[in-house]
Amino acid sequence: MKHLKPINSKARKIAPPDDVVALSQGPAPQSGPHIPLGCTFIFSPGWETDSSGGTAGLCTPVERDLFDCHNGCFWPAQVPDQLNHAPDWTGKCASAQKDWRKIDLIFP
Amino acid sequence: MNTQLSLGEFHRFAAAHEDFLYLAPSAAVFRLDGAASAVITELERGPLPGEELVRRLAAQFPAEELAETIAELRRVRAIATPAPAATSGRPAIPKVPLTTLVLNVTNQCNLSCTYCYEYGEDKIVNTENGRQPKFMSEQTARESVDFLLDASAGIALPHLTFFGGETLLNFPVVQSTVAYARRRAAELGKDIDFSLTTNATLLRPEVIEFLVDNRIGVTISMDGPRELQDRFRVFANGAGSYDTVIPKIRELLRRHTSRPIGARVTLTSQTLDIRKIYRHLHDEIGFWEVGFAPVTTSPGREYAISGDGFDSMLGQFRDLAADFLEAALANRHHGFSNVKDTIEEIHKGMSKAYPCGAGLGLLGVATDGDLGLCHRFAGSDAHKLGDVRNGIDSLVQIGLLEKHHIDHKTDCRECWARPLCAGGCYHEAHTRYGDTSHANLHYCEWIRGWTATCLEIYGEIAVKNPEYLQQFA
Repeated sequence: MKHLKPINSKARKIAPPDDVVALSQGPAPQSGPHIPLGCTFIFSPGWETDSSGGTAGLCTPVERDLFDCHNGCFWPAQVPDQLNHAPDWTGKCASAQKDWRKIDLIFP
Repeated sequence: MNTQLSLGEFHRFAAAHEDFLYLAPSAAVFRLDGAASAVITELERGPLPGEELVRRLAAQFPAEELAETIAELRRVRAIATPAPAATSGRPAIPKVPLTTLVLNVTNQCNLSCTYCYEYGEDKIVNTENGRQPKFMSEQTARESVDFLLDASAGIALPHLTFFGGETLLNFPVVQSTVAYARRRAAELGKDIDFSLTTNATLLRPEVIEFLVDNRIGVTISMDGPRELQDRFRVFANGAGSYDTVIPKIRELLRRHTSRPIGARVTLTSQTLDIRKIYRHLHDEIGFWEVGFAPVTTSPGREYAISGDGFDSMLGQFRDLAADFLEAALANRHHGFSNVKDTIEEIHKGMSKAYPCGAGLGLLGVATDGDLGLCHRFAGSDAHKLGDVRNGIDSLVQIGLLEKHHIDHKTDCRECWARPLCAGGCYHEAHTRYGDTSHANLHYCEWIRGWTATCLEIYGEIAVKNPEYLQQFA
């Protein structure tokens, strides 16, 4: 690496050695379908079901989608506008998995 | 090349006139050159297509150099790449051998510190009239040793820590347990390390002799000079303990020179004078190290640190940390252990899935032999993970580890300090929110402020005296 100097031991693990050409080529070109930019490239299987048709066995809880919609990206149709209109919307929801029931409806 | 580029997750900081990134969640630290700095600065204004980014910086850097810089930044994920982020398939929690067992040899104490988590207003276990014996028996202590030696298979040097209550109220059991553990360890061809925490009131000459002879690491709980120590650390009749402990501590420091002896200070809203405490305990009394921790309380207590108190504490920590930096650059020892510990974690690039080793490599043992998440939970049925006779209840342990994993702390998801904090102390969370798996939201600002300070110190040392960091390698 020429422009980044690894300082701690973790950085040295991440940085490829300078003399290995193959490792310093950057990420492989994308194959397969074009994936649009924006929130859709974060795969969050919240609304799907597990192999039994329920939601108990999902690798992330369904409530996580709610947070993906308002933390990770801008999706005003689905969640209240926390910047201007409803800043305290999730005030009582410290942990989405446990407290999602405390997220109330917002009426304009 | 014309993909949309946006910033990854990191904390950018400057030290010694250089520009650094601390990346989350990898915990890697990189120093940027001029081109990399310019790219990051440009992207801080908002995401850009790659071509546009190169066009904007073309006057300063050749396009080829910029492309190379962008590729490097993407490789370390300082620039987000539009590949699907893997959100599933977290590796299973590996089986971690036990390295440290903390024996609560008694739950009794001869002091009545107002803020005590074991006896005070926020206690978890009924230590006065509960079902647990007030003192651990020799039998239970031996069973604990056997349990540790068994559960730490593969660990070259397991640690046994004696804790309380006031540990030395049960000195006979400490004595016999050390002898027993040494013998058992030798039979297994192992070594074993001992340490002990005490309030120093019972450090009689024969006790000191024993600690010296057995090379037992000692931590003294102490709050500072007389007026601060006697504010909370009092006997049952309200009398301060300063005059009782000082001559004993001086004697211990004079005699016990084979291991560094540290003071552990509990900070409260009424005893928040860090430089004064440090100067007294390190410079005047002679402790090798002084570690500070804010008192654990539920929010309303008059001694609880809150809002302004955290700001003041951060300011004072920064002041003392500046002294630490000066000492580190001159290769001198400085005893402010909070900085040293954090710098070590930064240098190793620790990225924690859990805030500490509780329930993983460390367990606490109650006086009756029940295993708790850590010494602060020893004796609490709600936080029991088995007992020393039957071992760890692995189902309970797996459940606990699953529940406390950083991935389940939604609040921490977008915080750059999570590799080091991971949500903070379980006991603090239990006391504040009634839930060990809750993130300690009341001190997020303080943690980020303190981590930022330690990163700046780390960067400064890395540029000006990198040899100093070799001790942490």
